[in-house]
Amino acid sequence: MKKKFIAVLLTVLSVSLILAGCSQKTTEIKIGGVGPVSGEAATFGQSTKEGYELAVEEWNKAGGLLGNQIKLIFQDDKGDPTEAATVWTKLISQDKVVAIVGTVMSKCSLAGAPISQANKVPMISPTSTNPKVTEVGEFIFRACFIDPFQGTVGAKFAYENLNARTAACIFDVGNDYTKGLSEFFRDKFIELGGEIVAFEAHATGATDFKAQLTKIIAAKPDVIYISDYYNDVALIAKQARELGYTGPLVGGDGWDSPDLVKIGGKAVENGYFTNHFSKDDPSPQVQEFVRKYEAKFGKTPDALAALAYDAMVIMLDAIKRAGSTDPEKIRAALAATNIQVVSGMISFDKNRNPIKSAVIIAIKDGQQVYQTTVNP
Amino acid sequence: MGKKIFFISRRMLLFVAGALGMLLLVLFFNATGIFTDYIVQIINISLINVILAVSLNLINGFTGQFSIGHMGFAAVGAYTSATVTTLIAKVTPRLPYTEFININGYIVFILALLLGGIVAAGIGFLIGFPSLRLKGDYLAIITLGFGEIIRTIFNNIDYVGGPRGLLGIPKFSNLIMIFVITLLSVIAIRNLVFSTHGRALLSIRENELASELVGVNTVRYKITAFTIGAFFAGIAGGLQAHLLQIAHPTQYGFLYSILVLIMVYAGGMGSITGSIIAAFALTFLSEGLRTALPGLGDLMHVKIGDEWRMVVYSLLLIIIMLFRTEVLMGMREMKLLVPEEEEHHGQHA
Repeated sequence: MKKKFIAVLLTVLSVSLILAGCSQKTTEIKIGGVGPVSGEAATFGQSTKEGYELAVEEWNKAGGLLGNQIKLIFQDDKGDPTEAATVWTKLISQDKVVAIVGTVMSKCSLAGAPISQANKVPMISPTSTNPKVTEVGEFIFRACFIDPFQGTVGAKFAYENLNARTAACIFDVGNDYTKGLSEFFRDKFIELGGEIVAFEAHATGATDFKAQLTKIIAAKPDVIYISDYYNDVALIAKQARELGYTGPLVGGDGWDSPDLVKIGGKAVENGYFTNHFSKDDPSPQVQEFVRKYEAKFGKTPDALAALAYDAMVIMLDAIKRAGSTDPEKIRAALAATNIQVVSGMISFDKNRNPIKSAVIIAIKDGQQVYQTTVNP
Repeated sequence: MGKKIFFISRRMLLFVAGALGMLLLVLFFNATGIFTDYIVQIINISLINVILAVSLNLINGFTGQFSIGHMGFAAVGAYTSATVTTLIAKVTPRLPYTEFININGYIVFILALLLGGIVAAGIGFLIGFPSLRLKGDYLAIITLGFGEIIRTIFNNIDYVGGPRGLLGIPKFSNLIMIFVITLLSVIAIRNLVFSTHGRALLSIRENELASELVGVNTVRYKITAFTIGAFFAGIAGGLQAHLLQIAHPTQYGFLYSILVLIMVYAGGMGSITGSIIAAFALTFLSEGLRTALPGLGDLMHVKIGDEWRMVVYSLLLIIIMLFRTEVLMGMREMKLLVPEEEEHHGQHA
């Protein structure tokens, strides 16, 4: 028994020695990258990791950062907050990174953010949309727009591009995401001079929306804003078309699924939704990114890869402008960001959420087609 | 009879002294920078896993039942204690006083932690009362179902954050706090196992029918073990929530319950020492692979990404199970945990 106990003790000790013994080179600037490459969100994590790698590789080829090469230390958080907290502590106390770019899921970013804030290590999350993430403190930023922002952009698109003057909203009363989107759509639409003729809630898990839709269609809106997820959207669209509505439908990134067209069929035609990124966007930044990504990884990039790439570029750009690795200077430089990245011109508001453009994707002949880019 | 000092056996004093010595060593290493905060964080998580594994061992290892929903109780403890500290009392470790009563935040935290344990125990009792009349697979399915139900319930209560999780939990759990509570939990379960009641639990595992025939109220003892196990799982959940500063429904899923179960099996069913070692070893193994895998890749001139970590980890678990049938400790204990008068009986089981 004693022998075994000693053996186990030795193993534990040796592991900790490996961990403690990481040598440090001064010629590198270390940036932590976090994403869930195993677990439930592994596909998201893979895209994210590739986005980071592409950005770092490009910068290193172009001469690095502040005269040094950039070293990306990528860590897996498994989509588990416990792992995320450990990874954050590791990157900060063990690897001594200058900044952290990560992570995908809000629950993990929320476990990491307090550690970043307490140790004053600037952090930018590529895709965590929960507003609470950046509320943790002044060192926490994000590269994606938060949910309410999509409602604002949707309203602008409906008013300016679709020339709608009256609109109706339908949303899930039990879901913050869809409720928030509809509320922000309403506020912006009224601010622009339009009129909201109906504002209808439905219960979570409902499959029959005819009562709400009858009321909406009777009010004759120019456009119906559906802030639900794709499965509900498909059903709502079908029932609205059955009740004789022929006008456009608008929604948020909850629409982004191949299943939308599979379930909704012809009913979702003449539908538009806001999204972070479209690979068909003709802007040179997007096309160059798509080309480079395809060359390196042999597949087309998704929104997660684009946002991860952007987040990394925003962080590297901030360190470059800060001219040093001093956390306070990087934080100030981040807050003053104003650059063109793949997903548009980006700057930060006082809550460290990005102000940037969104793309509008249209459903045409059962395909997602890039429509336009809307600036806030 | 062994020598006793203030009613506490000499061995127990040695055990406590040894444990506190290790704590001081870790604190010293951390202060001098030999152990980074990362190592301390892994130790924190290992200690919480120790409580989870030892308390599950009480149910699965010592009493011979098969529960696989242990994280459900941790969820109850986490949400209960975090609701008290975060939503009701609104205490923080920095401000020493609460909003409405002038007591130290840490006292509120300890009380909240206990409440979390008690509520978890209460639910454990309610689950155990009808289901412990069942045996083997049936109990496993009920506990599995329970774990999922608890998760779904928290997913749907808006007051505690629903699917977004309970956020902004103050960070009360630190190394000393976690260490002391883990030590107390281990001692409490050890004392139970070596008491008359513990004997009854072991007899149920060895032969339920026979123990019933000699007059052991098996159902009552099984429910007691289950309730006590749930209590400590609740405490562990509360500690974890106040360490990570977030309680999220997905943290308490089936997979985590299984991980705790693996710790119990790898350490040895019915060995507290085994559970402690396995909790530490598996937590350190999972983290150690983060550094070891890329290092191994460099040696072989190939790039091994972080995504392979879980594959290797799972593979190692299979190998441990295949080649060590009696696993780490079997049913044995380290000497310091065994009362002196027990020793002459050989193995305590």
